[in-house]
Amino acid sequence: MKIFQQSFKFLAIVSVLFFTTVSYANEASDGNGQIDTKKEVEDYILHHIQDSHDFNLFSYTNDAGERKHFGFPLPVILWTSNGLTTFMSSEFHHNDDGHVIVEKNGLKFAKIHSKIYELDGTASTISFDKDHHATNAHKVLDFSITKSVVGVLLIGLLMFVWFSGLARQYKNKAIPTGFGRVLEPLVIYVRDEIARPNIGEKHYRKFTGYLMTVFFFIWILNLLGLTPFGFNVTGQLAVTACLAIFTLVIYTASGNKDYWMHMLWMPDAPWWIRPVLAVIELAGAFIIKPFSLLVRLFANISAGHIVVMSLIAIMFTLKESLGVVGATGLSFVLSFFITLIEVLVAFLQAYIFTMLSALFIGMAVAEHDHEHAHDEHGAEIPDAEDVRGDFI
Amino acid sequence: MEPVTYNLIGAGLIVIGAGIGLGQIGGKAMEGIARQPEATGKIQTAMIIIAALLEGLAFGALFLGK
Repeated sequence: MKIFQQSFKFLAIVSVLFFTTVSYANEASDGNGQIDTKKEVEDYILHHIQDSHDFNLFSYTNDAGERKHFGFPLPVILWTSNGLTTFMSSEFHHNDDGHVIVEKNGLKFAKIHSKIYELDGTASTISFDKDHHATNAHKVLDFSITKSVVGVLLIGLLMFVWFSGLARQYKNKAIPTGFGRVLEPLVIYVRDEIARPNIGEKHYRKFTGYLMTVFFFIWILNLLGLTPFGFNVTGQLAVTACLAIFTLVIYTASGNKDYWMHMLWMPDAPWWIRPVLAVIELAGAFIIKPFSLLVRLFANISAGHIVVMSLIAIMFTLKESLGVVGATGLSFVLSFFITLIEVLVAFLQAYIFTMLSALFIGMAVAEHDHEHAHDEHGAEIPDAEDVRGDFI
Repeated sequence: MEPVTYNLIGAGLIVIGAGIGLGQIGGKAMEGIARQPEATGKIQTAMIIIAALLEGLAFGALFLGK
């Protein structure tokens, strides 16, 4: 059994080496067997933007031509036709083009572009059609603890520890100590600057919890994305879509009578324009608002990651023309300043997401109990409070 | 011409439009703040919301054109 495993490992490594050299020879060489740096950088950046089944801190090719990887594997959890199947992602040996086959639970699996495929029937290798789609394998239900899942779990744990600690401190004293002092101003900021003015004095308390959770979740994950661990959680469409759906559900569920009235049968509008307005309002509430929320966050964070990594890659792409010191210096200066801007963007995106969520919720719960009086021509008569407000 | 080139021209047009829009928002907000410095906070909030809406539109267009 051990011999079998060892020989399997040996075969796997040989096949990885063989196929990586082959793929380089096919795709990335300029004819002299030289590696195309631009192509490699592009692949690396695209791979980073995607979610992956392992942590790969860095990898390099040593003098002997071996591909060395530094990082650690994560568990793969699959729901297949033979039930639950689990193994560590290290069994794929960092292969990402489907050439390493892992046999578990009587089924064969291969990883292609960070997606796990199950081979059909008795096939032992994956064959591709001309568009590089697998012809004899299909995707399986993948519940793996991927890099993004680790990020989300980590943030969940950190936020639970930090905020339950902060909440517990208020039982004994009015001023928190330790890390709570960092969090308190932010909590107050979200409550007083985002929730209260946008939702209104009457209802804001109910939604402050959600807004605070979303704010800190996005902000801390954005900051985590700037560390060298290579998290890109808020740059995953699935994550931002989920957050946008939360907001959608909350403002749809908490919409009051006036909200639905204004959406479906706009008062004070000519009767023939009301259906048109209803269509526009419905599209706005159910498609445009959540879509803009999810695309904004996803695109900002992904674009930021691509820019930072491209600037770091200047080190390699301009090595010939500027020399090692020049290219490294340029890359360092540019990526340093863009990273500072990214720290700002990390906060700004969290703020905007929370702000717009609060605004949408505020629209849904706004009450029209403060109806203005109208004079006989239909023009509004401002009441005393509004007039006073104009002068203060 | 390859279709990729059209994509890039489209992306350029989107960025020009978004740039003009952001410039308008930012410039008008600056004017507003200069006229009424005590309303800085309110103007900034409104500015950021509108900039975010515009950015969402621009990113949506870029995303669809990709």
